[in-house]
Amino acid sequence: MSATPTPLTAMITPSAPPPDCATYERAGGWQATRKALKTLAPADVIDIVTRSKLRGRGGAGFGTGQKWSFVPKELASERRKYLIANADEMEPGTFKDRWLLEGNPLQLVEGMILAAYAIQAGHGIIFLRGEYHLPRKRLTQAISEAREKGWLGDNILGSGFSFDIHLHSSGGRYICGEETALLTALEGRRATPRSKPPFPQFSGLWGASSVVNNVETLSNLPHIIANGPEWFISLGTGPDSGTKLYGVSGRVRKPGAWELPIGTPLRQIIEDYAGGMLPGYKLRALLPGGASTAFLDEAALDVAMDYGSVEKAGSRLGTGMAIVLDDRTCPVGMILNLEHFFAQESCGWCTPCRDGLPWVERLLSAIEEGSGETEDIEQLARHARMLGTPGRTFCAHAPGAMAPLASGLKLFADDFSAHISHHGCPLRHAA
Amino acid sequence: MITFQLDGQSCSTRTDINLLQACLEAGANLPYFCWHPELGSVGACRQCAVKQFSGPEDKTGRIVMACMTPATEGALISIDDAEAKEFREGVIEWMMVNHPHDCPVCPEGGECHLQDMTVMAGHNTRRYRFTKRTHRNQDLGPFIKHEMNRCIACYRCVRFYRDYAGGDDLAVLGAHDNVYFGRAEDGTLENAFSGNLVELCPTGVFTDKPFSETYTRKWDLRGAPSVCVHCAVGCNTFVNAREEKVRRLLNRYNDEVNRYVLCDRGRFGHGFVNAASRLNTPLCLSDEQPTPVPTQAAMAQFARMAASGPIAGIASSRASLETCFSLRSLVDPDLFSTGQTQQEQTCTELAYALLRDHPGAIPTLHEMESADAVLILGEDASATAPRLALAVRQSGRQNAFLAADAAKVPRWMDAAVRTIGSETLSSLFVVSPAPTDLDGIARDAIRAVPDNAARLGFAIWHELDPTAPTVPDLKETEAEQANRIATVLAAAKKPLVVSGMQYGSIALMQAAAGIARALTRNTSEAGLSLVLPDCNSMGLAMMGGAPLETIIARAKAGAIGTLIIIENDLTRRLDPPEIVDLLEAVPNIVLIDHTATPLWQNANLVLPAATFSEDTGTLISQEGRAQRFFPAVFPPAPIQASWRWVQDLARALPSKQGTPASPASTNLSEWKNLDEVIADLGKELPVFAKIINAAPDASYRLNGQKLRSQTYRASGRTVIRSYISVRDQPPPTNSDTPFSSSMEGAYRTDMPAALVPHLHAPAWNSVQALNRFQQEIGGPLRGGEAGIRLFSSATAEGKDSVQPSSAPDIPPPFIPQPDTVLLLPEARLFGGEELSMFSPPLAARAPPPDLRLPTSAALQPRMTLHLKGYGPKTLPVRHLAGLPDGVALCPPHMVAAAFRFPQIVRLTPDPAEGEGEGEGEGEET
Amino acid sequence: MLTADGTLPADIKAEILALAQEELHPQGASVAALQVVQSRFRWISTQHVKEVAQLLDMSPDALDGVATYFNLLFRKPVGKHVILLCDSVSCWVMGRDRLCAHLCKKLGIQPGETTADGAITLLPTVCLGHCDHAPALLADENLHGNLNTDTLDHLVDSLREKP
Ligand SMILES: Cc1cc2nc3c(=O)[nH]c(=O)nc-3n(C[C@H](O)[C@H](O)[C@H](O)COP(=O)(O)O)c2cc1C
Ligand code: SF4
Ligand code: FES
Repeated sequence: MSATPTPLTAMITPSAPPPDCATYERAGGWQATRKALKTLAPADVIDIVTRSKLRGRGGAGFGTGQKWSFVPKELASERRKYLIANADEMEPGTFKDRWLLEGNPLQLVEGMILAAYAIQAGHGIIFLRGEYHLPRKRLTQAISEAREKGWLGDNILGSGFSFDIHLHSSGGRYICGEETALLTALEGRRATPRSKPPFPQFSGLWGASSVVNNVETLSNLPHIIANGPEWFISLGTGPDSGTKLYGVSGRVRKPGAWELPIGTPLRQIIEDYAGGMLPGYKLRALLPGGASTAFLDEAALDVAMDYGSVEKAGSRLGTGMAIVLDDRTCPVGMILNLEHFFAQESCGWCTPCRDGLPWVERLLSAIEEGSGETEDIEQLARHARMLGTPGRTFCAHAPGAMAPLASGLKLFADDFSAHISHHGCPLRHAA
Repeated sequence: MITFQLDGQSCSTRTDINLLQACLEAGANLPYFCWHPELGSVGACRQCAVKQFSGPEDKTGRIVMACMTPATEGALISIDDAEAKEFREGVIEWMMVNHPHDCPVCPEGGECHLQDMTVMAGHNTRRYRFTKRTHRNQDLGPFIKHEMNRCIACYRCVRFYRDYAGGDDLAVLGAHDNVYFGRAEDGTLENAFSGNLVELCPTGVFTDKPFSETYTRKWDLRGAPSVCVHCAVGCNTFVNAREEKVRRLLNRYNDEVNRYVLCDRGRFGHGFVNAASRLNTPLCLSDEQPTPVPTQAAMAQFARMAASGPIAGIASSRASLETCFSLRSLVDPDLFSTGQTQQEQTCTELAYALLRDHPGAIPTLHEMESADAVLILGEDASATAPRLALAVRQSGRQNAFLAADAAKVPRWMDAAVRTIGSETLSSLFVVSPAPTDLDGIARDAIRAVPDNAARLGFAIWHELDPTAPTVPDLKETEAEQANRIATVLAAAKKPLVVSGMQYGSIALMQAAAGIARALTRNTSEAGLSLVLPDCNSMGLAMMGGAPLETIIARAKAGAIGTLIIIENDLTRRLDPPEIVDLLEAVPNIVLIDHTATPLWQNANLVLPAATFSEDTGTLISQEGRAQRFFPAVFPPAPIQASWRWVQDLARALPSKQGTPASPASTNLSEWKNLDEVIADLGKELPVFAKIINAAPDASYRLNGQKLRSQTYRASGRTVIRSYISVRDQPPPTNSDTPFSSSMEGAYRTDMPAALVPHLHAPAWNSVQALNRFQQEIGGPLRGGEAGIRLFSSATAEGKDSVQPSSAPDIPPPFIPQPDTVLLLPEARLFGGEELSMFSPPLAARAPPPDLRLPTSAALQPRMTLHLKGYGPKTLPVRHLAGLPDGVALCPPHMVAAAFRFPQIVRLTPDPAEGEGEGEGEGEET
Repeated sequence: MLTADGTLPADIKAEILALAQEELHPQGASVAALQVVQSRFRWISTQHVKEVAQLLDMSPDALDGVATYFNLLFRKPVGKHVILLCDSVSCWVMGRDRLCAHLCKKLGIQPGETTADGAITLLPTVCLGHCDHAPALLADENLHGNLNTDTLDHLVDSLREKP
């Protein structure tokens, strides 16, 4: 297993401070920046990244090079443009970006420089979730060191390209991770999503051309530029390229996160890396990629964790961070917990999400507490149907919320009816 | 034109609109909340869901929000689709989760868009069985009541208030299902258009506070089309009455004028009608006391007065054209006064001449909204013509629209257009002595005293047209400003220049007209707009007559035996010594008014007039639009229209010898109804010939019937009076209008626009029924035009000369003086004209007067003004940032009983205060 | 003494103005500015909303719309220390409800409340990104994971001792 390269995390030593500029450089850092700024045109960088088939690691899996290609081509000095790192990471069960932010913030800084150079953005922003205090300190340190050493600022490496990074610490709301809501938040307003068009690449932050990329996406860039697209493609085991940070939480022996070839089978991640279930617990089902993905049961364990395969299995790769439901934990309770989160984190802009999710939460709560009625199941199914399809709500928050509910209603139908007939949870969530 | 399929029916529609508009225009019932024709689409409520199919083979289709989807050629759309229906029903059900079930006692009940949409969407059974959340309400001031529990979070209120009207003291708070539309703290909503929340909110969160004081079932209200009497813009309104009392005013859509929005002065200014200051019986002065007398006795008294010498008449810029004309018909032509001071009259007449002769456009408010460069020269239109200023505010978005066009984003995609245009500049320039509400969106807001503003205007004119007069002694900064503004105006396709007579400056208006005229060399769409003070200022300017000074001179010469003053508070126009002179020189004063203005106790005879809500008449707005108002209330005798009093006076005259010069064509004593007055007026003064077309006459019938002014579900007239008598009374009648005062009569969505008394259509009980009355959303009404333009670009005749007839006088630069200040009138939203302060909610919003000085001036907490004709007047003083040196600003109508435009006055420290203390207090930043 | 009713001290105003300077428009600093106020006073009073709004060229109402929108901005007083106990899915699976009950009993308050001595406020929070060490909490700026009743007791005691 250790044979596979782990470019993203190679420089990260658990519980040690992150590399400083010099250490980072010794370990191969800044190579890519030198190469890009000195030898590559911005269009070349976009081309390399497009050929690498890097897909966004923020959840939606959109081709990174393709996303950049929509940015107007003027130079950074000619047009105001923004490159924004999405470090909001508020998806429950997800802690991959924190690993990168704490472990190697300079890698993100370098990734941002490369992305900014490619799209010719003069302004960089890291949108960091407010609860991430250690990452904030480390990022602040990394940015100021990079600035001091001339990696940020005017005329980097004498290339004529100028770029700097501003760190924004969020006030805390899940929806801020949605890229257009994130832009609204950066404008100092209530973070409600925006309609597209206009796409951010054309008219984003303060009406200027903007690109939002996930931390993990950006952290891949130094390696892609340094080693080339073919190398990156060779890292993946299936149709997708590169490595991916995978993780598991719940009642497994060794909850954690690992950098693995993208497309590693779920079973391998859970059994080999997370060490399998804790003694006395059996795996019942799991959410493969964060709270807003659909449940998969044991039968799906052999699915390869790449974008297409997971989708074929009926869920989404999402963040790649799995949450395990064991046989002694109540699935209704777990769904209630998830829907409470989604209801509370609705921005309040569109009706179905704002008023539908709280209804779902109350129904689940009634069922869990013993006052559920048979019709409640139909009500839940109706909500799953009406909120679950994209396009009915303003943004993808509500459809995300419905993924575990819709799949759970099918997978745990017996549990739901048992709750109703027993007037409460027969399992009572185990300690 | 494009064609799309709606549930299998082929519908033709306009390009560049969204599916929701297209469906509504096709006559379909599709529910919606967050979309509003003036606010565009944002896709928040998700109520307007329809099914769209990609082609004939597509049987599944996709749910889309109609308001967010452009109507495209060949689109296949279904409203009836089961899935779309289920979704819409679900959306309403979600909205009702927290909505109270208080319709029967809710002030919105009966005209609630949410009620209508609930029925339309088909939701009728409550399945949510958990508790509702509750909110605390806020005190939002004297206009608006707040009941947040009724909120369905459509976000219309904040979008209107902030994005459209430029207000900033109402916001969304909280998140998820706990969003709250209110303020950080309780407090009055300050924006001049707050009242529109009442109509924009689709449910009963924001309701009309004065109206709510008495509970009224909406379907029991009698309605009448009316015209606002509180400024010269001429917004169209509905007057609503019950139990013969005016209860409220609503916006009445006129696609060219006020469209969907009314200012708060207009909406809440009607309080004078029911105020204690109303006159309701004839009064004779006996033993120095006004004493009620029967009408007959009053007329006899007048007959005796008339014997004492010639009769003179003073009309009013707030009275109807017909009333002014009746007075003009009664008296000798040179004893007929417009009721304006010389200065005011010179200004209004000049405005009329400049507009009439302007070779370009005299834009409607709606046309102003799409002006792509605007110069406001020396007028605080946000206070003197609020609705006009709101139209200009919309013009500030033109550059954003152009950016959206370039990005191929439709203009109705409101939030998207705002994102795209967030960094575009407006092409609005404001030049004025004091800050104005529009400064915030202006590319440049330049502070200059009126004379310097005029000079800058002349300089701009000269930049645009080198043959125009040169401005001597122009400073370099001014020359640069002139050049910058001229460049932007010259590049515009549809430039607009706005000025007015707030500062009594002829030069300002001449400069403005010169600029607009020069711009017509580039484009015939170059527009000119001049703001006048009163609802019929333009009508009087067109009618003509002597200024007040002439009457005073004649009176002092002993040439007036009886003076008839109609609907004019002379104390607002004349200095106290002039009033004294007039009262002493005229043996008999007859006052005809509806409201007890200060001179009522000095009048020998007072006759109670009807208000705009009680009679019919015509007003000419500043853009030359003749519009008619109709009665919603039938006042008890002897209250009647002023022109009828004049007619009674004419009939009471002992013989015809009292009216020697009464024009032959008028037949004052014989007029039977308003239509005969109008006919005579048109004959006598041909400029008014067209006003006959402002609205259909009293003989108009629809389907052979009169028009009903109550809804067909009015609870019944016998019930309403049953505490007095159970007898069925015949409904009141009025010979001036084609309306029946009751629920009997015809009513149709394509009835003449000038005669629509309220809005109602099957399935549409709220004001949003309007879409059924429009030819297209936002377009003209199906019943044609309401009112008629008497002059406009379309009727331009011989308007091709680019030079004005006479060379204007360019004032010298203003030089601040050490001992005096140039006292400028501060325009105020409330109280700037005669009537609004009689309305209790507006009076509650008028702060006491103070004096504003530039930050450079030494400041005492209180200072004394020494005005000509008055004793010293001591006022609190505050600094006002931006005010030019040598200037002071105060609300004229509150400082002196009369005030005449800018004056040079002496300003001294309050003798009662110590020197220099309180320096910097009350600083405004 | 920390009182949020008074006006903002000059150093905070200067800091906020500096933040506003960094932005294309002052409003862009709204969250950062409120965080500055909160880091000094622990919460944001209406008076402070008004003052910050003025510094950022916003209306107090618009700024309050922002202040009341975000989870981590407190518009009501909180205790000297704030415990944010994760209530999201991984922590829930790992038994956070039981720990929450324990903590409530130990503190004598319900979630959302502050202890009578003003020392500790307990708030639920969304996933802290510490799921591999669930159940987790954030005490002021410090992340604690793998919680059990003992570590909780210990944590509360040490917070109480901190100034
Ligand atoms: C409700 C919601 C929450 C999201 N939260 C995050 C987040 O916390 N971090 C993130 O990187 N992307 C998040 N996304 C996805 C972003 O919208 C966006 O797709 C992503 O940042 C793009 O980056 P990528 O192309 O590098 O993946 C979220 C999306 C939705 C709909
Ligand atoms: S689905 Fe609607 S309410 Fe929910 S977060 Fe998105 S825009 Fe906001
Ligand atoms: S009217 Fe279309 S979403 Fe609200």
